[in-house]
Amino acid sequence: MNRLGIPEKLALDKYELDEGNPHIVVNNEICRRLCKERACLFVCPAGVYTEQNGEIIPEWAACLECGTCQVACPHEALSWVYPRGGFGIIYRYG
Amino acid sequence: MDEKFDAIIVGAGLAGSAAAYRLAQAGLEVVLVERGPYPGSKSLSGGVLYGRVLSELIPNFWDEAPVERFINNQVITFMTGEASFSVDFKTQAFSAPPYNGFSVLRARFDRWLGEKAEEAGAMLVPGIRVDHLLREDGRIVGIVAGDEEMRADVVIAADGANAFLAQEAGLRERIPPAHIAVGVKELIGLPRETVEERFRLTGNEGTAYAIVGFATRGVSGGGFLYTNLESVSVGVVMHLDDLIRHNLKPGDILEDFLAHPLIAPLIRGGRLLEYGAHLVPEAGLQGMPRLVTDGFLVVGDAAGLTVNNGLVVRGMDLAIGSGIAAAEAVLAAKEKGDFSAQGLSVYPQKLEASFVMQDMRTYANAPHFMENPRLYAAYPQLATTLMAQLFAQTSQPKAHILPTLLKAVKESKISLLDLALDGWKGVRTL
Repeated sequence: MNRLGIPEKLALDKYELDEGNPHIVVNNEICRRLCKERACLFVCPAGVYTEQNGEIIPEWAACLECGTCQVACPHEALSWVYPRGGFGIIYRYG
Repeated sequence: MDEKFDAIIVGAGLAGSAAAYRLAQAGLEVVLVERGPYPGSKSLSGGVLYGRVLSELIPNFWDEAPVERFINNQVITFMTGEASFSVDFKTQAFSAPPYNGFSVLRARFDRWLGEKAEEAGAMLVPGIRVDHLLREDGRIVGIVAGDEEMRADVVIAADGANAFLAQEAGLRERIPPAHIAVGVKELIGLPRETVEERFRLTGNEGTAYAIVGFATRGVSGGGFLYTNLESVSVGVVMHLDDLIRHNLKPGDILEDFLAHPLIAPLIRGGRLLEYGAHLVPEAGLQGMPRLVTDGFLVVGDAAGLTVNNGLVVRGMDLAIGSGIAAAEAVLAAKEKGDFSAQGLSVYPQKLEASFVMQDMRTYANAPHFMENPRLYAAYPQLATTLMAQLFAQTSQPKAHILPTLLKAVKESKISLLDLALDGWKGVRTL
């Protein structure tokens, strides 16, 4: 099988996008001041987090809502809630 | 909404829907709130449904529920990068009602159970995210969703592994990475005949693999694979603290696992249907929160109810068992008109008396045992090295099995004391 990258895999999943309503907000002030681990950059199964010009940017629309990042973040720098009702990942098989 | 209900259940997974079903059956006014557009739309499983407890609620559920295959073949595998050593057990004793376990696809299965709860009289409200608990005079009296409030005598938190409501209720702290694992899974579609030929299945038989070692690149946790009717669910689960220590990405670990010579031919030619991720509580008894407070109970993953002893990974059956126990406690509390923590203490009592807490206690040492790094690197290496030496025929004369074993142990750098202690602990854990 030709193996796919994470974005290609996510493209096969079904999402209902809540445009303009991010459910993840990163407090980059905390990240800059305290964080050396940058765990969010690798633990997220959907690769939601990237670092751009020293800022952690969450591509929240790709989120699978597992919550790994907010448990892994040692500095509680993530404001992370589930997407509004009816939005986000919609598993068809599960 | 100023109507008051008997119970509000947050989350229409297996625990929530089981509780709703039982309460509705008893004639209570129950609201089952689900944040997804339908029950199961946020559910993901990497395990087998050991369904005996569900048949207490819905007799012969397998006749009507969307189960995939009954599991009568369980395989435990030690894996290194190039080799694997398996124990493969298959029995016809698991092939007839009431069956031992099933592979299920949760988006279908949970939807069915949610609809059963609805048929029994529960009011299923999908597409609503519960934002907060509603409190009055220190006790929980309902929920807040957006600018709506909903009141009930009791709220049952069945909101899953992140357990946000139990945290808000003050029953548990923020979840530490050491208490949780992250699972990633692919559902790979294959024609039914291919699944049956590849896994040597007759009819609706199914296979479940539990795999330790290279599956997680040595991170504590394991790989799994199980057969559905026309697909294979395959994935890996890593303890989050150890994943962070190893600095590895879940997606990369999964890719290496899928490319392993044991796994690749099993999924060859398949089509990826869905990729998902979910948290799994992994701290066993130690990770459990307090279970009740005034007007509030916690069930299922939110209560940390899982068992993983290396051979068997369970959660769905414990979720259903806890949902039933919580419902029965609510019925008892209603009879007495006392929904305080005291009145709801029937729930932990019922749980203690049932298989749920008894199994949590029996396997209380399992999480500690499963943290042993030797399980994920040294032992798979030892097992496969030993097998290679037993089977390899070269121009060198062979040694008997005992000296071969001792030599393999010596090369593995595991001390005989550790080997003996781990063996003893393993036996005690199981």
